[in-house]
Amino acid sequence: MKTVQYREALREAMVEEMRKDQNVFLMGEEVAEYNGAYKVSQGMLDEFGPERVIDTPIAELGFAGIAVGAAMNGLRPIVEFMTWNFALLASDQIINSAAKVLQMSGGQYSCPIVFRGGNGQAGQLAATHSQSFESFYAHVPGLKVVTPSTPYDAKGLLKAAIRDDDPVLIMESEKMYGDKGEIPEGEYIVPIGKADVKRKGEHVTLVSFGKIIKVVHEAAEALQKEGISCEIIDLRSVRPIDYDTVVESVKKTNRCVVIEESWPLASISGEIAYHLQRYAFDYLDSPVIRVMQADTPFAFSKVLIDEALPNVGRIVNAVKSSLYVS
Amino acid sequence: MPTQTMEKNTKSKAKKSLDFSKEQYIKWYKDMLVMRKVEERVGHLYIQQKFGGFCHLYIGQEAIVAGTVSACEKGDKHITAYRDHAHPIGLGVHPKYMMAELYGKKTGMSKGKGGSMHMFNKEVNLMGGHGIVGAQIPMGAGIAFADKYKGTKNVTFCSFGDGAARQGALHETFNMAMMWKLPVVFIIENNNYAMGTSVKRTTNVEDMSEMGKSYHMPSFVVDGMSVEAVHYAIQEACERARKGEGPTLLDIRTYRYKGHSMSDPQKYRSKDEVEDYKQKDPISQVLKTIEENNLASSKEIKAIQDEVKQIVEESVKFAEESPDLEPHELYEDVYVQKDYPFIKEFL
Ligand SMILES: Cc1ncc(C[n+]2csc(CCOP(=O)(O)OP(=O)(O)O)c2C)c(N)n1
Ligand SMILES: [Mg+2]
Repeated sequence: MKTVQYREALREAMVEEMRKDQNVFLMGEEVAEYNGAYKVSQGMLDEFGPERVIDTPIAELGFAGIAVGAAMNGLRPIVEFMTWNFALLASDQIINSAAKVLQMSGGQYSCPIVFRGGNGQAGQLAATHSQSFESFYAHVPGLKVVTPSTPYDAKGLLKAAIRDDDPVLIMESEKMYGDKGEIPEGEYIVPIGKADVKRKGEHVTLVSFGKIIKVVHEAAEALQKEGISCEIIDLRSVRPIDYDTVVESVKKTNRCVVIEESWPLASISGEIAYHLQRYAFDYLDSPVIRVMQADTPFAFSKVLIDEALPNVGRIVNAVKSSLYVS
Repeated sequence: MPTQTMEKNTKSKAKKSLDFSKEQYIKWYKDMLVMRKVEERVGHLYIQQKFGGFCHLYIGQEAIVAGTVSACEKGDKHITAYRDHAHPIGLGVHPKYMMAELYGKKTGMSKGKGGSMHMFNKEVNLMGGHGIVGAQIPMGAGIAFADKYKGTKNVTFCSFGDGAARQGALHETFNMAMMWKLPVVFIIENNNYAMGTSVKRTTNVEDMSEMGKSYHMPSFVVDGMSVEAVHYAIQEACERARKGEGPTLLDIRTYRYKGHSMSDPQKYRSKDEVEDYKQKDPISQVLKTIEENNLASSKEIKAIQDEVKQIVEESVKFAEESPDLEPHELYEDVYVQKDYPFIKEFL
């Protein structure tokens, strides 16, 4: 094993796949000469040259569409968005083209493409730069959406995504790029659609994904000190969702809290709660509870940020309330 | 780089029409007649409610497809808008598969999953049929990007309407396509209307070939009622693309005789305007050349017309007799992954 940053893990995935498959290339704003806005693609221009590591103008709709066309014609593009907030301009090509072309062509043209970039709030960047798009894109049949929370998952999932014949969206975070973690020296893949039990526990199942998982771990530690044992499930993919792993865990713990760094309405947590009441109803000893980001645009003020985000205290309270203890 | 306009076009047109072989004229005549007659039938069938969805006819615009196809080569790629019934026919796909698609049948070009607006055929490199106005502009450049990346000499023909040309994606794409010298020909199928909105009601720059100018893209106005003019313009654009010189913009002036879709009362234009264009009908023009130059006897022409009638009948019969899709096919072709775990709940 070796210790790498999250950004290095992503880079290793791209570099390894680009060495292996000539049809894989990277395009996006500042990915080449600037070495990536968040240095994910550092050094890649030197290794692969400007034909395969391509700086684009600031034209998300245009370059996303060009990448979709390239994917339909046999290439395997990796499109880096500086963040997913800006990819809203490209959402027509992601949702109306990439996700649809296979079905609308009756299976004749596929779209093997990866869209990746930072997602969710990253500090005091205010409303337009702080949005989470996991459930937004998870809604769309034809897409796959993954949410790596560790360097290990980042490399393994990105490699799986590049090899996947369907469009895959990777939800990263500016706040995770510097995170360190262990990955194997050799090659490995993390399959899309498989959740990961990040912590074993008995009393309550905590379901989460993405960078908020770090806070969930802190909460589980705090609860452990009070004798409450939490199982943490990292969904890792939000389309498709590995429901079985969640249901199996809840059958054991009989309680569930879902923690999601996103708005409550039409969220992944709502979907998990639906699924549990439908398929684990008889096993639940208390209602599924969720801890969400506040139902407002994300504000600049630190006070309002603290008010808006899930934190250790809120998660601890939610777990206790699911256990009917105070 | 200079942007040339009408002059260019007159020059092309001035080339004597018999630069083309007898076979070429006959093929143009027959192909365009098939497009026309099939679509006239499609219009009737639609009124009879034989199938649903939108239905946008290409009638009047046939020379653009015919002239493009005659000037292109086998590995070239084609992408267009929802007004896409004629494109597969021009590319050599039997119209029965297009017809079956209109009927939503399993034998349709897109297995009945795309319908009128989404015709695809991988064998002839028809990459849609796209219903989002202008979406195919960046996609077309991307298809060309892939051919350049792979080092082929193929060219992509990317067609869109005068209305689509108002999308911001056009400017993003023109900029990148010129910077990267992508082998793509942008074809504005300029029929002067986007639904009920004429070109001059959407811009103060009515000459659409001007739009290439700020990207230094070679841009020309072409007479879209003349299949020869279209052929020449496409041929020149292809040469540029194959030499690595990048994209060309062709503002091809054409006219649709029918409404925007089958449900259009056409209050925005006069009957005279429609009649004026019919005087320049692309099929009549080719027929006139054939007749005046004795390229075919009246008997031979009649034989072609009869054959086209047969093709139309055969197409309708095929579509009507083809099987419907089966319900389980709902979950096919959504993902390449065969065992994608769909959420299937009908409770
Ligand atoms: C993004 C988008 N906006 C609006 C529409 C509705 N719409 C369909 S066709 C059309 C007019 C397009 O006109 P033009 O590009 O000139 O093509 P034509 O129909 O003349 O071939 C409109 C507004 C659409 N399909 N997609
Ligand atoms: Mg138009």
